[in-house]
Amino acid sequence: MIDGPVKILIPTGSLGAGVREDEIRYAIERGIHAIATDAGSTDSGAAYLALGMSKNNRGSVKRDLTLLMKAGAVARIPLIVGSSGQAGGDANVDWTKEIALEVAAELGLKPRIAVIYSEQTKTTLKAKNAAGKIRALPPLGALDDATIDACDHIVAVMGPEPYTEALKAGADIILGGRTTDTAVIACFALLKGAPAGPSWHAAKIAECGGQCAVNRLASAGVIISLDSNGFEVEPASLANRCSPHSVSAHMLYENSNPFELTEPGGVLDVTEARYVAVDDRVVRVTGSAWKPQPYTMKLEGAGRGRYQTLMLIGIQDPDVLSRVDEFHDKMLAALYERTRATIGPAAGDFHISLRMYGWNAVSGDRPPPGTPAPREIGVLFVATADTQEMATQIAKACNPYFFHFPIELDKELPSYAFAFTPADIERGPVYEFKLNHVVEVDDPLELVRTEWIDLRVESRRTVRA
Amino acid sequence: MATLKQVCHHIRSKNAGPFWVTIDLFFDGPENFRKYSESALLGPALLQRLFGADPALVKRFPVPNLSMVKISYARTSAQGGEVERDMHCGQQFVRLLDVELDAPDVRS
Repeated sequence: MIDGPVKILIPTGSLGAGVREDEIRYAIERGIHAIATDAGSTDSGAAYLALGMSKNNRGSVKRDLTLLMKAGAVARIPLIVGSSGQAGGDANVDWTKEIALEVAAELGLKPRIAVIYSEQTKTTLKAKNAAGKIRALPPLGALDDATIDACDHIVAVMGPEPYTEALKAGADIILGGRTTDTAVIACFALLKGAPAGPSWHAAKIAECGGQCAVNRLASAGVIISLDSNGFEVEPASLANRCSPHSVSAHMLYENSNPFELTEPGGVLDVTEARYVAVDDRVVRVTGSAWKPQPYTMKLEGAGRGRYQTLMLIGIQDPDVLSRVDEFHDKMLAALYERTRATIGPAAGDFHISLRMYGWNAVSGDRPPPGTPAPREIGVLFVATADTQEMATQIAKACNPYFFHFPIELDKELPSYAFAFTPADIERGPVYEFKLNHVVEVDDPLELVRTEWIDLRVESRRTVRA
Repeated sequence: MATLKQVCHHIRSKNAGPFWVTIDLFFDGPENFRKYSESALLGPALLQRLFGADPALVKRFPVPNLSMVKISYARTSAQGGEVERDMHCGQQFVRLLDVELDAPDVRS
């Protein structure tokens, strides 16, 4: 049992983003009882789940894991990682597991590692759906089998229960699949008996590490400290500070509702929360409430769509830059005509888009009349078709028009600036999240699998052999 | 009349999961919050005009103790889809900067 407040270090907003050794040392001196961090999110798009691939490079994840596993072993406290490998699918988790095993071998550590998976088979989900256990969240509608089949990988987003079970069973390190950012942190506080409202609220405030501090770049991590009435939050570096404003404003971040956060098994309600400065670095929060609800897990499913091929040019010709919208429209019409004339019906229901960087590429809307001409623009050509081969055939058909399309027909053909040969870049399929649904479960562990790697036992086996 | 950038000290936009976008309008002090945050011109019709949002899928939350208003709307195309231009929607706030607000005076 823990005497006094439950203290947790959240060393970074995402494993691999760069934990800091001095902050870990400071947190251990402050008497932390656990280290918890997530390793991903859906923010960077569906490709990482669809492909089972990490967004972060292997080296940066290994560096963070090395520092954190060493700290956990020295301080004899658990290290908890959720949403492993960005998307938390089985392949993402296994990628992270291999790195952790490599680090353990290099450091000579022998932890008990719980690896928690939450990827789902299509059969399981079709059965759940047929039983009426899957519900759509707006803006999507009811789920059908075809949508399930269109996904490459589907995960159920875990709550804290699989983690608390693994901690109870003696895990030194937990590598979890897709989990809510908050549950990865709240699990330890809940296990140690901290009240639910403050546990979830502290976890939400801390889930991006140092983002809830005044200077978002001055420190990577934060320490939360939970007691029976509320929690305190402080940056893991003396060089940074939290203020009531910086902490309360973080509740708004990436959250469509500033007062309520739906989690597996309940809703965090911070309507009555009060944020008070303890000193110039530490903020105390009270009044966070937890409203239990029937247990549901959110489903995330990613699948591939059609294929794209890209080309890029730069234009500084003032005759074009004084008439960018007209140039865009004429060139786009010419590219469609060219594709139809040279490829015909075989091109299928293709799509061509021209993104005028330096003019309106981000929004796609028309700048108001009188907008000054830019100094130069970059034009990104995006062809979309049913196959990669066809997208590239369209790009090749458009190539001479895209690189030499004149704004005045009576002048000699211009050559716009391009940097690469070959000029077309195959970028593969588009990836989209296809699910925004929740599944009802009878037990929080029903859709979850935990595998154990006990390096103490495995090393004894090695010795015996 | 005043523009949003004149009465806010910070305006930001960000994806909230793959299917929603959320806009945070931090008004410059309680006075501006009281004066402008209830403006009818900040309603669902604005989000429809600027972003093509479905007015039925626009949510609005005033947070008086932070002098801010959060407005969330459902994305109109899939995150990362064929016509994606701003995966995190982190640049979408720019179209709000010059939006003009009236100051409905509830006392008159």
